[in-house]
Amino acid sequence: MSLAELDSNVAAAPAPAPAEAPGRASGKPAARRPRFAAVESRIAGWVLPALLILGWEYLSETGFIAANVLPAPSAVALAGWNAIKSGELFHHMGVSSLRALAGLAVGGVIGLVFGIANGLWALSYRYTDTTLQMVRNVPHLALIPLVILWFGIDEEAKLFLVALGVFFPIYINTLHGVRTVDPQLIEMGRVYGMSRLTLFRRVILPGALPSIFVGLRFALGIMWLTLIVAETIAASSGLGYMAMQAREFLLVDIVVLAILIYALLGKLADVLTRWLERACLQWHPAFQTPAE
Amino acid sequence: MTAAPSPASFVTPAHGLGVRLEHLGKQFGAKRVLDHIDLAIPAGQFVAIVGKSGCGKSTLLRLVSGLDEPSSGRIVFDGAHDGEALRIMFQEPRLLPWARVLSNAEVGLPASVKGEQRHARAHAILAEVGLADRAGEWPSVLSGGQKQRVALARALASGPRLLALDEPLGALDALTRIEMQSLIERIWLEQRFTAILVTHDVSEALALADRVLLIDGGRVALDLDVPLPRPRQRGSAELARLEGRILDQLFAA
Ligand SMILES: Nc1ncnc2c1ncn2[C@@H]1O[C@H](COP(=O)(O)OP(=O)(O)O)[C@@H](O)[C@H]1O
Ligand SMILES: [Mg+2]
Repeated sequence: MSLAELDSNVAAAPAPAPAEAPGRASGKPAARRPRFAAVESRIAGWVLPALLILGWEYLSETGFIAANVLPAPSAVALAGWNAIKSGELFHHMGVSSLRALAGLAVGGVIGLVFGIANGLWALSYRYTDTTLQMVRNVPHLALIPLVILWFGIDEEAKLFLVALGVFFPIYINTLHGVRTVDPQLIEMGRVYGMSRLTLFRRVILPGALPSIFVGLRFALGIMWLTLIVAETIAASSGLGYMAMQAREFLLVDIVVLAILIYALLGKLADVLTRWLERACLQWHPAFQTPAE
Repeated sequence: MTAAPSPASFVTPAHGLGVRLEHLGKQFGAKRVLDHIDLAIPAGQFVAIVGKSGCGKSTLLRLVSGLDEPSSGRIVFDGAHDGEALRIMFQEPRLLPWARVLSNAEVGLPASVKGEQRHARAHAILAEVGLADRAGEWPSVLSGGQKQRVALARALASGPRLLALDEPLGALDALTRIEMQSLIERIWLEQRFTAILVTHDVSEALALADRVLLIDGGRVALDLDVPLPRPRQRGSAELARLEGRILDQLFAA
């Protein structure tokens, strides 16, 4: 739970800017190679997945993989197209996304509030941290039977589970972030007459933000995982429900489609977070583009 | 840059704040760091404090600037003053990494200065330390000397009447250090605040100060006036003689 997560994020990001710079400087003839290098580094990661899909399609076409085990990519795409046309896909996607976001909002805000409070006040830390750490050791998915007993298979059940799941990574990382803000900066803020609110807004919160983002990205992973399990076991709508219903009718293509959509939504959430992170942490040397 | 006020316009004419330390003592647990310091620093004087590492220089500065409470004795200022009249500059720049240079300089302004006025005054003070063109940068791209100049701008932004400097040049290379010394001297000559500079560099103390205090064993072991004209000639015989006296005293103890 450190900045290692951030660093890996940066390391994974392609760096087209430095590759393009010399080309721009030295005119057209020399520009071809750097531009090729830029394109190459951008698409390199997609080569293997593309080959895998082509291979999968080929093996399905030739009958090496039976359609009732794993349908061809083209069959999945067709199922997707049909589901889009009937409006069924977007309905279930919307339901799932809304659940995910609602759970994230509720659990995230509670985690943020406790993290900040316990980071700032020793009293609140002493009285709540041990309890929160104890609850953390209960795997939240183990609560599913209990949650079904409490809430049935209504929205509250999913909201509760997702919120519970995302709470901890946000809480722990916010707490860590607030506690490790440079004490010298806090002292500076005090000497320069910052009010408590200003000190929080200008020093403590921005200082804790990188760590809070680490927590958010952990939370997103847990958020989708929790939702998938919860929707698969107990739901009457959503992607997990769509997959389970398809299983009953042996519609393997829809099952695979649901899995792929989950992956896509997970990726989307990750991209949005990175974008937000970049926007909020511009000052961080790890996020500065060399052009600046 | 736009419609920048004249360099000195952010300074209210007044100015230095005199201070007296009476039987000042400070101990941490059983450890007595400062022991009955009696000292009067008149308004506008430039005082340098030298002494071995761990002799309590920072502790003394923290007491004067109100960061710590004395264990005994008291600190008396000449007349009333508000929070912005006292400023401290640390050995580290302590800039907010998430605020641009301009915004960092604004931290030093009183909360009563608002909006456009804030930017204008911060700009003026940045121009004073020669960083007007870096106002929009993040601190992380600045060199050590530039960061320390931003910290100086922040300390000066409110037009302090007493400026405490705790080895602010300690981490800089020799050339940058000389440049910064001239900058500090020039601004002090313009604004005439009371300056208390802690340094471990005796030649730096002699280059800048009207008066050099040597702290040893929790007391003022030497109180030396430096009645030389400014700017001082580095390596002059007069400075060398004074430096010899201070060093003798430092190692005699
Ligand atoms: N907050 C503190 N708690 C305990 N001891 C301290 C504290 N601050 C300073 N000291 C001790 O007081 C002595 C003087 O420290 P300081 O004023 O920082 O010395 P220097 O002259 O090098 O600036 C040192 O021995 C240091 O260990
Ligand atoms: Mg010190």
